[in-house]
Amino acid sequence: MFADYTWAELGSIFAMQGFSGLILFSVLLLMALGLAIIFGQMGVINMAHGEFMILGAYITYLTSNLFSTYIPELFGAYFFIAIIFAFIGTFLLGALVEWSLIRHLYKRPLDTLLATWGLSLILQQLYRTVFGPREVGVTLPDWMMGSFQVSEMIEVPVNGMIVMVITLFITVGVFLFLQKSRKGKQSRAVVQNRAMAGAVGIDTARVDRFTFALGCGIAGIAGATFTMIGSTGPTSGQLYIVDTFLVVVFGGAASLLGTIASAFSISQAQSIMEFFLSGSMAKVLTLLTVIVILMLRPQGLFSLKVRR
Amino acid sequence: MLQTKLRSLAPKNDVVSFLILAAILLVALPILFDIFRLNLIGKYLTFAFVALGLVLSWGLGGILSLGQGIFFGLGGYAMAMFLKLEASSPENTAIQSTPGIPDFMDWNQLTELPWFWEPFHSFGFTLFAIIALPTVFAYIIGAAMFKRRVGGVYFAIITQAIAAILTILIIGQQGFTGGVNGITDLRTLLGWDIRTDSAKYILYFINVILLLATLVVAQYIRKSKLGRLLVAMRDSEDRVRFSGYDVSNFKIFIFCIAGIFSSIGGAMFTLQVGFMSPSLIGIVPSIEMVIFAAVGGNLSIFGAIYGALIVNWAKTILSESYPELWLFAMGAMFIAVVLAFPKGLAGIYESYVQPWVDKKLKAIQDKKAKK
Amino acid sequence: MKKTISPSRPGTTRRTLLKGLAAIPAAMLLATSAYASDVNSTGLAVTDDTVTVGILHSATGTMAISETGSIQAEKLAIEQINASGGVLGRQIKYIQEDGASDWPTFAEKAKKLLVKDKVAAIMGCWTSASRKAVLPVMEQYNGMLFYPTFYEGLEQSPNVIYTGQEATQQILKGIDWAKKTKGAKKFFLLGSDYIWPRTSNKIARKHIEKLGLKVVGEEYYPLGHTQFNSVINKIKLKRPDVIFTTVVGGSNVAFYKQLNAAGIDLTKEKPLVLTLSVTEDEILGIGGENVEGLYASMKYFQSLPNDNNQAFVKAFKKRWGDDIVIGDVTQAAYLGPWLWKAAVEKAGSFDIDKIRKTLPGIELTTAPEGYVKVHPNHHLWSKSRIGHAKKDGQFDVVYESKELIEPNPFPKGYQ
Repeated sequence: MFADYTWAELGSIFAMQGFSGLILFSVLLLMALGLAIIFGQMGVINMAHGEFMILGAYITYLTSNLFSTYIPELFGAYFFIAIIFAFIGTFLLGALVEWSLIRHLYKRPLDTLLATWGLSLILQQLYRTVFGPREVGVTLPDWMMGSFQVSEMIEVPVNGMIVMVITLFITVGVFLFLQKSRKGKQSRAVVQNRAMAGAVGIDTARVDRFTFALGCGIAGIAGATFTMIGSTGPTSGQLYIVDTFLVVVFGGAASLLGTIASAFSISQAQSIMEFFLSGSMAKVLTLLTVIVILMLRPQGLFSLKVRR
Repeated sequence: MLQTKLRSLAPKNDVVSFLILAAILLVALPILFDIFRLNLIGKYLTFAFVALGLVLSWGLGGILSLGQGIFFGLGGYAMAMFLKLEASSPENTAIQSTPGIPDFMDWNQLTELPWFWEPFHSFGFTLFAIIALPTVFAYIIGAAMFKRRVGGVYFAIITQAIAAILTILIIGQQGFTGGVNGITDLRTLLGWDIRTDSAKYILYFINVILLLATLVVAQYIRKSKLGRLLVAMRDSEDRVRFSGYDVSNFKIFIFCIAGIFSSIGGAMFTLQVGFMSPSLIGIVPSIEMVIFAAVGGNLSIFGAIYGALIVNWAKTILSESYPELWLFAMGAMFIAVVLAFPKGLAGIYESYVQPWVDKKLKAIQDKKAKK
Repeated sequence: MKKTISPSRPGTTRRTLLKGLAAIPAAMLLATSAYASDVNSTGLAVTDDTVTVGILHSATGTMAISETGSIQAEKLAIEQINASGGVLGRQIKYIQEDGASDWPTFAEKAKKLLVKDKVAAIMGCWTSASRKAVLPVMEQYNGMLFYPTFYEGLEQSPNVIYTGQEATQQILKGIDWAKKTKGAKKFFLLGSDYIWPRTSNKIARKHIEKLGLKVVGEEYYPLGHTQFNSVINKIKLKRPDVIFTTVVGGSNVAFYKQLNAAGIDLTKEKPLVLTLSVTEDEILGIGGENVEGLYASMKYFQSLPNDNNQAFVKAFKKRWGDDIVIGDVTQAAYLGPWLWKAAVEKAGSFDIDKIRKTLPGIELTTAPEGYVKVHPNHHLWSKSRIGHAKKDGQFDVVYESKELIEPNPFPKGYQ
């Protein structure tokens, strides 16, 4: 299939394809981060993760409308404000959900799966009632839509760059938070030994609520970011769930590093296969590979030894 | 000796519940409803097979599969393939460029029947496949996972992913599978027109009898040593393991049984509804099937059947009159069942209805004794 | 073609005789409305002053996005018919059922509408899968379905009228146009992975090859896929003149946003993007700025300048709000009730078997798309048009076939 092309062309294409792989990596990682934090911390799989993301996207949509109506001169910069709003909105909803729902179910992880699925149905219908069944178009400032021309063949999409930067920023932020901050240290202590953490005076219930809300807030940021590359509608969140869960499970629970490695390997596999095979088959093969590996190594790529 | 064994297998309460259920399904519903509604009830009851399987694997064994749609689909597709081949006789498909193969294959330029469709000309093989396919599939998934002690949330997510993959595969390979449209326009079973009202009645009764038979099997498993072991494993897997039992084999076995139940349900679905499509396999239907068992009470085999009936009934009624409310109701149901009624309808029955009935009965008896 | 004989029912001959007798006083009454029993010999839900039809679309679930427009159009058409005196002097009532984006539910609800509610016609379905699920029900209980979506063809039922275009009507002229006016030589076919895109691309490929042009790639992605960077790279490598797309749903939004971001500016037409699946409705979700310069091949655009359409758009906006847009399928859904009314009035009866006889040849000079006529194969004669998307989400019509295109659901040489 490459006989008709010069080396220069092939080189550029592979560079571009590598870059697509990196964008996909950022997307998967950003999707999975929030979920991974929650899953790692409390063993809860939040099936409404996609709906939290879409809430972030809707908040971005509202913010963009707000800016274009009231302060059109600042429209170019609205996106960053929107990300902050999206984080705050989903963080608060996350805290509310934890307080009303999740905290009653810590001893029954399978039941949280069902309860959060119920929550996702309710949120979907809520979006449909409030924003209508159609997808909404989120208008982005012009500067975010174009691309840099690097060479004649290589063009780097700006939105891809922004996704990568945001992902990098959030990942480093989460990492530093967990390693350095007081709250982060507390939350790691709770993961490693809940009873002992409680005994030394950590308010484990509060740590849980904060962690859950933080995971939801990051989902909101992801949703806001994905308005650049995807659709915003009541059921768009469902498009992401399988990929997200697989990244987290494949990476192994309770390991940020695992999630990163898992997102990286899945995205590269998919991106390379997509180039050589048809899109549908690439997807099936990627998922199958992940499952086969999981069957051989069920604890995921990285696993943390914890006392339960 | 035999009597005590029988008694332990079928305590009086369960026998009464069984008779009540049989009376409702075999007598009351057919009298109360016309064939249109009865056919719908038949459709709901096909999901009761899945719910029964889930009671065994999830309620008893603690294995939550979010991919029971896989097995429902295997059974449904096996039956649909047989019916489709029968409906695609060379005479019926004379206008196609290759007569004698299913219409969707013709549209996809297939000129001969794929090899894996050939055996489905035989009804005997189809029936065999409806049992064998889910067994093999469940065995592979189960062996790979349980031997390595994967369980809980991991298992749930992985089964869910497998359901998603199967859907993508079926949709993508539309020449072989009918794609997203599924296998439609099924007409006769061994020459018997399954679309007529009388056939729908007969199919309903076959469905109910099969369901009751499945229920007996489930009850047998529940009361057997295996059933007690499963409960023990669910509550403390390590202790059972250290007592010398091979935990994974029991789990694989019960997962296979749940798969077979679902597959039978799928086959009956195809017969009663007249088609099969990937929309019954994926993530959403698979999770909905879990809620049937959860609403009924994931420990109660009777609850599973009532749960499937009631949830589906509510769905039909609500979506006829208030389509917008349906998702709210469904979501609320998930949350309520988990949060407030973890034992589902069966739990409500046990903690409220039964004590009340017992009290009344006792009062009557006391009165009699006084006289 | 599949089954042209309608299911025979016992007692037909006697009933025909009785009806023949009944027709005499009905003819004497002339313009005044006929009694229910005269215009309805099969027990449909028809009274002396009302007739009931069904509307069957998804109001919930993933397909609600697309089907909302159709529901609105059908309701508008029914209200307009009622305002102009109804059908055979009867006001139309409708029962709306929700298919909930779930195909078994569609079959269940269709059966309910026919068996329980005895509706005289059903306006409904959107996806091929829902139609395929409903079809056996329609044929078994002898209903009449008006199906609005452009679709893959390969079907012809005595119980369905297809008011959208079948694949050849939508595709052939579009490719001819790309060759003739844009000098296109190389095509890249891209679609969502299900039957409509695959069949459409099959027809497109045959036609492209017949014209002596080249297909340089053909790709499918699962429904709901949101990452298109790899295929965009492939497109860049193959350098086609035309990207011919049949991507649907949420994937559309992702595809155009990513195409744009990858530096493929649609307005430069290098390559040109020709779609079968983006109507004004979809652009709402994608954002006009992302599809400016896109070409779409279909039979209707909201911006059509004819008088019929001006009146239709005005009425639609008055009924459903000013910021609403009208896409190809919405217009096709609007035709359903009007075609049914014309057929009923020509037959002088609501009986399905009778309107089936009168439907072929029914023409609508008031159609927003201009003029349509029912072909004996139950599809519509319609024009092919190419629209050029503008930033505001509307299309400029840049091409219109001179003559009506004959529907050909089983195209010889394209299978």
